[in-house]
Amino acid sequence: MEPLEIAQKIRERFPDQVIQVEEHRGQVGVIVKKDRIVEMLRWLHDDPALQLNHLADLCGVDYLAKKDVRFEVVYNLYSIPLRHRIRIRAEVPEDDCRIDSVTSIWMGANWHERECYDLLGITFDGHPDLRRILLPEGWEGHPLRKDYPLDGGGKRWSGYEEVVEKSKRLRQHDFYGMYQDPTKKAGLEDARE
Amino acid sequence: MPENKSESKQTTVQHMAYEPYTVAMGPQHPATHGVLKLDLELDGETILECKPTVGFLHRGVEKLAENISYAQCLPLTDRLDYIAAMANNVAYSVAVETLLGIEVPLRAKYIRTMVMEMARLTGHLLWLATHALDIGAMTVFLYCFRERENLLDMFEEICGARLTTSYTCIGGVRQDVTGHFLESLHAFTDEFPSRIAEYETLIDKNRIWLQRTQGVGVVSAEDAVSLGLTGPTLRGSGVDYDVRKHMPYDAYPYVEFEVPIGSKGDVYDRYRCRMEEMHQSNSIIRQCIEALPPGPIRAEDAPDLVMPYGPQKVVEADATFSSGIIKLVEDRKRFIKGDVYVAAEVPKGELGFYFVSDGRGVPYRMHIRSPSYIHIGALPFLCKGQMVADVIAIIGSVDVVLGECDR
Repeated sequence: MEPLEIAQKIRERFPDQVIQVEEHRGQVGVIVKKDRIVEMLRWLHDDPALQLNHLADLCGVDYLAKKDVRFEVVYNLYSIPLRHRIRIRAEVPEDDCRIDSVTSIWMGANWHERECYDLLGITFDGHPDLRRILLPEGWEGHPLRKDYPLDGGGKRWSGYEEVVEKSKRLRQHDFYGMYQDPTKKAGLEDARE
Repeated sequence: MPENKSESKQTTVQHMAYEPYTVAMGPQHPATHGVLKLDLELDGETILECKPTVGFLHRGVEKLAENISYAQCLPLTDRLDYIAAMANNVAYSVAVETLLGIEVPLRAKYIRTMVMEMARLTGHLLWLATHALDIGAMTVFLYCFRERENLLDMFEEICGARLTTSYTCIGGVRQDVTGHFLESLHAFTDEFPSRIAEYETLIDKNRIWLQRTQGVGVVSAEDAVSLGLTGPTLRGSGVDYDVRKHMPYDAYPYVEFEVPIGSKGDVYDRYRCRMEEMHQSNSIIRQCIEALPPGPIRAEDAPDLVMPYGPQKVVEADATFSSGIIKLVEDRKRFIKGDVYVAAEVPKGELGFYFVSDGRGVPYRMHIRSPSYIHIGALPFLCKGQMVADVIAIIGSVDVVLGECDR
């Protein structure tokens, strides 16, 4: 099926949800509201005429000051049996930065959503295990937001000092795995002299 | 006396009953193929739960890409799947060309297809080497590295680098291939099928190999699609999905090849898929050498490093040329607003790039859909209920590279 036909079908089925249909280089993106996203994607997944069963990609985009609604969660869907694709772009406003999780439809969405939460700070309601994944726990901020500076704003990760201390401590083990306190070692050398 | 016996038996049973306990596998472990940490919750030797931890190699490639031009991003893609960097280069270039609407010359398409299949061979050879090593077949490792070395030498000949190639560029390839390269590659393809037969004699009918792989890590076709598995890992379960066939790019529409498909979805079927794929890759390389057309290797209007930011500057002579005034004309037509998702079949699976362009020469947002990331996400499902020794076989069979996973 042609992507524009799929977009038309979505518009017919969810007339109040579709905001806009965009086409670029033959690829069609349907911008929708986030309210009934799970219902919509489940219908796209299960409908025998569509069968969009492969969640190729899920990611978030930060349109800071470029659009009225700041975030978008983008679902790139593909149908392996019918060989057509469509892109669903759900708008997520900054003041209500949450969207329903689609892990009930695709098991593979689990890590996609965790990544999106980690790097963009979008909360997925109903996700079984929403934790940071690429960054360490205790990291401040979400790096892929446009207002996050490239160098991290000079701030250090809170666990940094701890890691440095630990590596220093481990380096003091000698060949036999014995811990040597550097101060005491210095004292021994003094005594020999 | 019988009473006493039963009593002592009971105490032994109580003594033998273990509480479930957790074992941390990695991040420094030879069988995890990188810095992957798995927290295995065990009941005896059976895995109750497997919790992967990734991100040790996170370099923020996506954030970096938002601050440099499209052409400058290309070397970053070498560092994703560093085992088969050529394939990433091609995947990235194809994605950017689709975004910018650049048509690549035919010769460049053939060269790219050729190097991509060479990359697939290097990737699969390294996979076979390490997978066999993990399960206990040391010899295969040495044999595979012999052929991989030949391929890496040929990479060195065409671009000067063995691993971090950066060979392709947006709109074509950086340098043309030489006759000597084509000859040596042709000689390699003559010999390679017999080499694959050699590996197969070593392990294919090996009883230990069969026992370690057959019926281990089974995933059904439906679950595999739901988990988002791609590449040989998905095709081992019997799903016919190959980006080269479904969304052909470069010269794949012009070459003939088959997509090998398994049936059971266990470690053995994934192994067979990859072995058959090596035969197919070999055949594609041969077809590309034989059909390689003459012509240019780069599209004329492609942006490159000479234009780090912003619109292309075209030098145009003024109407009053005699006055010697030359003016720079801005060519902004390439960079228009829009978004695309373009995928390519790399050795690990479907490597997709999602680009959002805002009309500048810099990606507004670049998201990398890396197959390894999704495959590691599927490990809890694959490992559940398996024995602890099989985890190594399963990790080997899904073929992960942590550079690509953590980005």
